[in-house]
Amino acid sequence: MDSSFKIVIVDKNPIRAAILEDGLREAGHVQVVRIDETSHLLARIYTIDPDVILIDLENPSRDVLEQMFQVSRAVKRPVAMFVDQSDRASIEAAVDAGVSAYIVGGLRKDRVQNILDLCISRFNAFSRLESELEKTRSALEERKVIDRAKGILMKAKSLSEEAAYGLLRKTAMNENKKIAEVAQSVITAAELFK
Amino acid sequence: MSIARLRIGFIPLCDATALIVAVDKGFTAAEGIDVDLVREVSWSNMRDKLNIGLFDAAHLIAPVAIASSLGLGHVKVPIVAPFALGVNGNAITMSPALYASIAAVAGGQIGDPMISAKALAKVVATRKQRGQEPLTFGMTFPFSTHNYHLRFWMAAGGVDPDEDVRLVVLPPPYMVESLANGHVDAFCVGAPWNSVAVDLGIGFILHFVSEILPRAAEKVLAFRSRWARENPDMVARLVRAHAHAADFVEDVANRDEVAAILAAPNRIGVTPEVIRRTLDGRLKIAPDGATRTDPNYLMVGRDGAGRPDPAQAAWLYAQMVRWGQAPFSDDMCRAAMAVFRPDLYDDAVGATASIVPNGPIGAFAGPAFDPGDIAGHLRAWRIGRVPFG
Repeated sequence: MDSSFKIVIVDKNPIRAAILEDGLREAGHVQVVRIDETSHLLARIYTIDPDVILIDLENPSRDVLEQMFQVSRAVKRPVAMFVDQSDRASIEAAVDAGVSAYIVGGLRKDRVQNILDLCISRFNAFSRLESELEKTRSALEERKVIDRAKGILMKAKSLSEEAAYGLLRKTAMNENKKIAEVAQSVITAAELFK
Repeated sequence: MSIARLRIGFIPLCDATALIVAVDKGFTAAEGIDVDLVREVSWSNMRDKLNIGLFDAAHLIAPVAIASSLGLGHVKVPIVAPFALGVNGNAITMSPALYASIAAVAGGQIGDPMISAKALAKVVATRKQRGQEPLTFGMTFPFSTHNYHLRFWMAAGGVDPDEDVRLVVLPPPYMVESLANGHVDAFCVGAPWNSVAVDLGIGFILHFVSEILPRAAEKVLAFRSRWARENPDMVARLVRAHAHAADFVEDVANRDEVAAILAAPNRIGVTPEVIRRTLDGRLKIAPDGATRTDPNYLMVGRDGAGRPDPAQAAWLYAQMVRWGQAPFSDDMCRAAMAVFRPDLYDDAVGATASIVPNGPIGAFAGPAFDPGDIAGHLRAWRIGRVPFG
């Protein structure tokens, strides 16, 4: 693989940027620079003078990079987005993953295809990680809510823990709701009756 | 009528009003469409998500719809615009320092765009003599009305926008902060950002763009041509919903409700009062509280504003040619004009609706614009990137 490219990553999410940078370094790219602060973005990019720029799509400064397509005094090297007419699949994959790639100075696309591929797969891996984390977090939250509701029911109706949980479960099934939702209603009701 | 589910992207700006009201006030639901309104952060994202079908329709800045159709700067994806979301709505805001320098050298009232543009030329020349850095102007996108409006105005006063000053792209939410920290000396952007800068005491509104171009196409409701061809009924239903929403917005009695809808955190996310000012065209233009009123500051459907005008598309294409973004050809001009589809608008709202003829662009400088004579338009200017004239 061609490791002589200088690559800039523009991403405000430090964890995702680090994951991507690690991937690029593992693939042999030693010249990777991260930018997390987007003020004076163009000037910073010109100072670094990269061959490839990767930017996350949540970043409004993506529009700033589009200025680099223009021929004007403010723009020193022409930039192209990593797409052409035949390239619908790669733009779809990139947008889905939430990343966009720009190539500086007329570099041939096939020379950097693997950079984009790597970028897409790391971005996808990051969102999987994030959604798993989110699931774990909400599962934990739900357990806390259910425990509180159980406590309320045990006290109010003199039930055993098992019976309290059974009541929550049965109600949830009857009302076609999640146990955590029923538990939340119990807590809300208890607050109201305080 | 079957219920259809569509995803439509928008950028938090006041010219998304017709779209946001169409959805939040139930005009789209009345047409049997369930809209998932998605807030976006950049025009590049909007263009790409519309192009690849993640969005069925988009609140799009008119020049991006044209550039996409012509394949300028990006993949060529033909777009159609059967509804104009807004006419006008932009303003030019300056730092207090630049505003004061312009006022100090102006040969008359700086509310007159020719006088202010010539004053800018003097300020620029003085800075050059003193070896100071060129002034920096912020705008929203290379293919944007803001870019062309700024260029049109300053070039009329003798300022070359590529040689004498710097024009930089800034996302609208970053404009105010960039003016405050001196990254830019002025900017051209849509509402509510000009008012936000004035309210913070860091900016003076020099011009409403309606003073430079009394009638300027701004945002459109954009579809991929192919999707619009395959779903004519859906396009008609959406256009109708937007026409109804625009009527609702333009009824002064509904303004408070409209401002409240737009102010929601998941929509534009500023105070209703700032939005109300925009809709009324009564803006605070200076931190001391001075106001200026122009009922045409932003037009949402009024006086035929909702009906796309191909002459406006031709004007935007002419600016792309003038500033070196597009080659000039009659074919390209026709293709640009074909993006704006008054025929689809008419089909949707019904031929019985009285069609208000589109008013002229009426620019403050140069000859009247003739969409049939782009070369003539380009020959009228001393400053430009094309060897006309």
